[in-house]
Amino acid sequence: MSILIDANTRVICQGITGAAGAFHTKACLEYGTKMVGGVTPGKGGTKDANGLPIFDSVAEAVAATGADATMIFVPAAYAGDAIIEAAGAGIRLIVAITEGIPTLDMVRARRLAAEAGATLIGPNCPGVISPGACKIGIMPGYIHRPGSVGLISRSGTLTYEAVWQLSSLGIGQSTCVGMGGDPVHGLSFVELLGLFQADERTEAIMMIGEIGGSDEEDAAQFIAKNVTKPVVAFIAGRTAPPGRRMGHAGAIISGGSGTADSKIAALRSAGVAVAESPAKLGQTLAERLRR
Amino acid sequence: MNILEYQAREILVAAGIPMPPGGVARSGAEAGSVFSSLGVESAVVKAQVHAGGRGKAGGVKFARSAQEACEAANRMFAAPLVTHQTGPGGVPVKAVLVAGSVEIASEFYVGAVIDRRRGVPAMMVSSQGGVEIEEVARTNPSAIRTEPFHPLVGLQGYQARNLAASLGLRGRVATEAAALISGLARVFLANDCTLAEINPLAMTADGHTVAVDAKLNFDDSAAYRHPEWAKFADPGAENPAEARAKQAGLNYIALDGQIGCLVNGAGLAMSTMDIIKLHGGEPANFLDVGGGVTAQGAIEAFHILLSDPKVKAVLVNIFGGIAKCDLIAEALIQAGREVGFRIPVVVRLEGTNVEKARKLLANAASQLPTLTPATDLSDAAEKVVTAARQANP
Repeated sequence: MSILIDANTRVICQGITGAAGAFHTKACLEYGTKMVGGVTPGKGGTKDANGLPIFDSVAEAVAATGADATMIFVPAAYAGDAIIEAAGAGIRLIVAITEGIPTLDMVRARRLAAEAGATLIGPNCPGVISPGACKIGIMPGYIHRPGSVGLISRSGTLTYEAVWQLSSLGIGQSTCVGMGGDPVHGLSFVELLGLFQADERTEAIMMIGEIGGSDEEDAAQFIAKNVTKPVVAFIAGRTAPPGRRMGHAGAIISGGSGTADSKIAALRSAGVAVAESPAKLGQTLAERLRR
Repeated sequence: MNILEYQAREILVAAGIPMPPGGVARSGAEAGSVFSSLGVESAVVKAQVHAGGRGKAGGVKFARSAQEACEAANRMFAAPLVTHQTGPGGVPVKAVLVAGSVEIASEFYVGAVIDRRRGVPAMMVSSQGGVEIEEVARTNPSAIRTEPFHPLVGLQGYQARNLAASLGLRGRVATEAAALISGLARVFLANDCTLAEINPLAMTADGHTVAVDAKLNFDDSAAYRHPEWAKFADPGAENPAEARAKQAGLNYIALDGQIGCLVNGAGLAMSTMDIIKLHGGEPANFLDVGGGVTAQGAIEAFHILLSDPKVKAVLVNIFGGIAKCDLIAEALIQAGREVGFRIPVVVRLEGTNVEKARKLLANAASQLPTLTPATDLSDAAEKVVTAARQANP
C-alpha cells in the first residue's frame, strides 16, 4: 500500500494545453500513471498529443472519465479558481504544482477544498509519487524505487536529492509527498505523518523541512504523541539570514521564530534523528533503521 | 514588497483610519514648509526607511517650529541611519514624514498577519504598544490577543469589538477602536497584505484613538493585480546584484561570505549554504536558478557571482531531474567560456545523465582550468572551502 495515490488513481491535468502541463502529463503517462484526461477552458472536445480527451470544465472531465485526482498547472492568477473548481466537481485529491499563487487566494481555496472534503497538496510543490504505481507531479520518476520509506518535504530539488540518496543505498519509498513552499498550503507534516503512521507498507518516515512557520514544531509534538515508526529529518536554512525570503514564499525567519535551530531542537526532543548535513540524508535513515 | 510609512499612511487615511495630519518632505526646507502647512503647534519628523528601531537611532525627532523641523530633517538627510535592523552601514534617508504630534495617554499594538498554522489572516492586538510585537511575544505572550479572520467573509464586527474590549477600552473609545480595527482588516484584504500594522495605536489624552505609525507589507505574488504598487518601487534601495538577478528571473540574496553558490531549487540552495558552513566556509549568497537550468540563466548567474569581489570560489550544486545533467554541463561550459572563470569553480552534478555530464566536464578541463568536478555533496563542500581558503590565506 501507499498513501493518497496508488495504481488505480485516475488523474486529470488542469492546464493540460500549457507547456508545463503538456510536458508533465506525458511524463506521468510514461511513468504509468492512469492519466485519463485534461481541462483547458475553451478547448473542450479536442485531444492532447497523447490522445487524452480535453474538457472545458472539471465537472465534465469527472463525469466522462471518473477522475478522482487532479494535477494543476494553471497559471498563478487562475490557480485558486482551478482548485475551487476541482473541489466543487468532487475531485478527491488536488495536487497544485503552480508557484506564485496569491496568499489570500490560497486562504479561500484551502477552506473551500476542505469544505468539499477534498485533500489538497501544495501549491508550489513537486507533487506526489507512489513509486512503481502512480506519479502526479514534476519529479523525475526514475530516481525513485518502490519500498517502505514515506517521505514528506517542503522542497523540490532537495527532495529529489533525498530520494536519490535513499535509492542509491537500496532504500525504496512507499510514497513521497511535496507539501510545497508556500505559507498557506494543503496537507502539512502533521496530517501526512498520521497517514504514514497508519500505512502498513511504510516502515520509516523521512521529513525535510526548512526555516519559516511552525509546521516542523507542530510535527515534533505530533510525533512524540502519535508516531511509533522511526522518523529522520533534515531542516534546510541554518545559515539563512533573518527577515529574507529564501526562494520559497514561506521560507522566512520572522521575529526570531521559524529558525532552523528551534525546529531541530523540537524534532530531536521528540526522538527524531536529525541529519546535520544534506549529504547524509540517506545515511541517517539507513543508520536509524539498523538501530 | 515593503512600503514606507508615509506611503502606508496614504492607504490607511483613504480607508478612513484616523491619523495625525502629515506630509512627506525630501529636503530640510520642504520639511519646514510641511510643518507650517499642517497648522500644528508641534510635530514629529520621522526618517522614511525600510527598517525598524528608528526612534532609538535618532530617526524620530520632535519639532516645535518649522525651523526645528527643517533642522531635524537636515540632520537625518546628512548621514545614513543605523538601527539594529540595518546592519552597521545603515541606510540613506531620502525622505522624512512630518506629522502632527499627538498627546498620548496610552499605547496599543494592532496588526494583521497571515496565521500560517490556521491558513488564514489574523488580527493581533496588545496592550503593550510602542514596542516590537516579537518582543512582547517572547516576554509576555499573554498580553497578545488574536482573532483569526473567517477565510471567506473576513474579520467580523464582533471580533473587532472583542479585540477592543481586550485592550481594556470601554464605551465610545472602544467603538472607535473597533471601527479602526475593522478598517485595518479591510485594508489587509483589499491590498493583498502580508502585514498591516499600527504600532503604536494611541489613545489620546482627550479619549480618541489615533494611528501614530503605519506599516504595510504586500504579497509579491499578488503584484499582477495591483498596478498601483509600481509607484512604491524603490530600485535604488535594492542591492544592485539582487536587482540584476531579479531582472534575469533568478532568486538571489547577497550574504557576507566568500563562497558563491549556484543551485537549482530553493531548498537545495539553502542546504548548499548550510553544508558550506558545516565544512567551515561562509556562503556569499543564496542563489536559486530554478528547477531547470538554461545556459542563459547560468551565464547571467556567473556574471552576478563573479562581480562580487568577496567571492573567492564558487560551488555549483545541481540536481538534474527533468533538466538533464549533460545539458546542464554544456550550459556551465558555455558560461565558463563566455564569462571566464578566474577563480576556482567546484561543480557537483547529480541525477539524470550524470555520467555523460562528467565526461563533458572532463573534456572541457583544458579550456576551464579552474573548474573542479566533485563526486558528491560533501566532497564538493570540502573542495570549495579549501579552494576559498587557499585563495585568501
